[in-house]
Amino acid sequence: MDPQNISVAALYGAAALYAIALVASSVRLARVADAKAAGAEVPPHDRASGIAGATVNVGLILHAVGLVARGIDAGHVPWSTMYEFTITFSFAAMVAYVVVRRVRDAAWLGPAVTGMATVALGLALAVLYREATTLQPALQSAWLAIHVSVATTATGVLSVAFLATLIQLARASRDRGSRIFTRREWRRLETAPAPKTLEALAFRLNAVGFILWTFTVIAGAIWAEHAWGRYWGWDPKEIWSFVVWVIYAAYLHARTTQGWQGRRSSVLALAGFAAIILNFTLVNLVFQGLHSYAGV
Amino acid sequence: MARRVKLDNYVVPEAPRLGARGWLRWVWRQVTSMRVALILLLLLGVAAIPGSVLPQRPRNLSAVLTYLAEHPKAGPLLDRLGLFDVFGSAWFTAIYLLLFASLIGCIVPRTIAHTRALGDPPAAAPNSLARYQVRGEVRVTDGAAAIARVRIALRPAGWLSLTGKAAYRIRVDERVVKGRGQVALAAESGRLREWGNLAFHLALVGILTCIGLGAFLTYRGQAIVVEGDTFTNAVVSYDSFSAGRGFSPETLEPFTLTLDSFGADFSAAGRATDFRANVTLDEPSGAQREAVIRVNKPLGVDGASVYLQGNGYAPSLTVRDSTGAVALSGPVPFLPKDAAYTSTGVLKVPDVTTGPQIGIRATLLPTAPSGIDSPVSLAPQPLNPVIVFQVWTGDLGLDSGIPQNVYALDDARLSPVRGADGRPAVLAIAPGETLELPDGLGSITWAALPRFAAFDIRADPTLPWLLASAILALAGLSASLFGPQRRVWVVASTESGTTVVTAAALGPDHDEGLPSLVERLIAAASD
Repeated sequence: MDPQNISVAALYGAAALYAIALVASSVRLARVADAKAAGAEVPPHDRASGIAGATVNVGLILHAVGLVARGIDAGHVPWSTMYEFTITFSFAAMVAYVVVRRVRDAAWLGPAVTGMATVALGLALAVLYREATTLQPALQSAWLAIHVSVATTATGVLSVAFLATLIQLARASRDRGSRIFTRREWRRLETAPAPKTLEALAFRLNAVGFILWTFTVIAGAIWAEHAWGRYWGWDPKEIWSFVVWVIYAAYLHARTTQGWQGRRSSVLALAGFAAIILNFTLVNLVFQGLHSYAGV
Repeated sequence: MARRVKLDNYVVPEAPRLGARGWLRWVWRQVTSMRVALILLLLLGVAAIPGSVLPQRPRNLSAVLTYLAEHPKAGPLLDRLGLFDVFGSAWFTAIYLLLFASLIGCIVPRTIAHTRALGDPPAAAPNSLARYQVRGEVRVTDGAAAIARVRIALRPAGWLSLTGKAAYRIRVDERVVKGRGQVALAAESGRLREWGNLAFHLALVGILTCIGLGAFLTYRGQAIVVEGDTFTNAVVSYDSFSAGRGFSPETLEPFTLTLDSFGADFSAAGRATDFRANVTLDEPSGAQREAVIRVNKPLGVDGASVYLQGNGYAPSLTVRDSTGAVALSGPVPFLPKDAAYTSTGVLKVPDVTTGPQIGIRATLLPTAPSGIDSPVSLAPQPLNPVIVFQVWTGDLGLDSGIPQNVYALDDARLSPVRGADGRPAVLAIAPGETLELPDGLGSITWAALPRFAAFDIRADPTLPWLLASAILALAGLSASLFGPQRRVWVVASTESGTTVVTAAALGPDHDEGLPSLVERLIAAASD
């Protein structure tokens, strides 16, 4: 088998395993929530949690194999097209999730993160897939490895923060007795920590993501200076990277501003991630700019 | 109850009047408040978005003109609002200047306060630690000894101890509170965080200063150099040149750059894989060196950098007029229009001996298909080069004094040369050929097909400072977000012969190490 087939097969395998992990972790969370409601003891491990853990681990290995094989197939780091960016960023998100899980009990994040990774890999393979090509001269730079890898890592970390913020807002809404989130299918929210703890976790992830994003912008400016002869030219990608940076900066300030703590600042974090998604989709596909080779 | 003070408060004689200075102070306080900073930040983000949606003059003037032509109603309105040059518009400038005013107004007093407080010990421990959530207690025999042990426990551990710096600033008070003798220790960490925060914000000011100063001192020019030709670094040799107000053209270093050859590699599928401009650089000092300029490898010359920004073909053409005299001779750069280097070019021949001026509009196909009905090249390499062209005669309009685009033919006062069928004649020529022009206008000869390189030459003396500011911003940001920030109190309180040590710690919400810290300190205090 050649690297191309190995890569695609491994990534399909990873997507399938993440899908199984999604189901298993949802089942597990429902069980924990039911046991909690009944005041019963929850076993630390059961078959569902075991399946979820194993599928995530094996899925991550396959995911890594898929990335490495793609890199060998292409002859360069696998993050020069939308397809490659998507398979790499979802890997970063899964790694961020596994790291968070090592530090604390974050099983409640499981369905959201594995669900996102499944969708991202599925979209990448079904819609965005393009055969590997050689790099055009503008991309032949060590900065491709640095600038884009940090951008993908930042996106991965911020995506997990985004999911944690969504869960935080849903949980807060449930605690306030909202009609939607008090429904039975949302009982899994009970397994997540209190909104305040969730907010603190999301903040840490967002802070890491913000530092990485700052680095991405700086590295991008240095590369632009080398390749295009100017460090900043308000190219659509640069504009949206700036918008993303400004929104997350506003989020960090809002957290310490009277009247903006809690839900309002969390909404800013959501807006920041929405801007990242726009920066990746709209800017690549619709707007004309120097980053247009990053398109499909 | 406070009386409401109106702007015009003369009607309320006893109300305090703010006066001009008071109002200024109020405005300044508003500008430097976090809430206003937050709103300005969000405004800045929102204001940037139209710049990505609408074409922008500095980046793509022709797209702006097309947009204006296509939207005769909305276009001029958007133009008046500055939406075709968002980042040079008054309102965008106003937002970021206000934001930086706010930032400076916030940072400077804090920096001064922090510098003053450098040597200050932390505030004394509170009398009662009961209200702190993270707390621990233990009974000991000797309060002072317990506090001494805690002090040792607070010393930095691991590699931090090598720096020789204390992780905490510590003070210890012996005091009597409500009849109880106390030995109270107060410790604070968090300087790094605050300094990081200040450094980050100051670095942002540094970045803005560098950008502003850079725009003032910079120069940039574009030059197209054909293989074998030499470019001299002087304002007149540039095809386009722009500079900041602080730049004086005399300071241009008069080096010369000769394009010895240009290499272009393509994959089998026709994708570019490598471009390299092999140049010889002659510096005024007499030093000569050869270099290769690539897309990602600019050549540094005396504070300036030479960037490879584009390339294409510049066929060497000679046009003779009806008398056989050479009217035009030399390489003519053709601008590539697609990935296969289908390129367009224009020849303007004003200096004919007799008769009307001649204009030629031409398309170069490096690899022409067998039939030339569709003038599109099949591959970027010159495998079967053909130039397809039409000839125009009349007035080229060069005498009007208005500078003309050398890549466009203004056909307002030109008429196409027609073939026997009455349609504009389309001619084709291959390298090495000489072709008679119709109507006895003369002839055209295609001698060779050299390539050209499009160079950008730019100098911005602020770049090192900009980089330093950016690195400082990143370092400051990391310290301000992840530097530890803790306040720790350990109080040994003695009442009727019993000594109890209470420890409490306070930190930001996300700091989860506090309970274990308190545990550790209580363990250290225990006998």
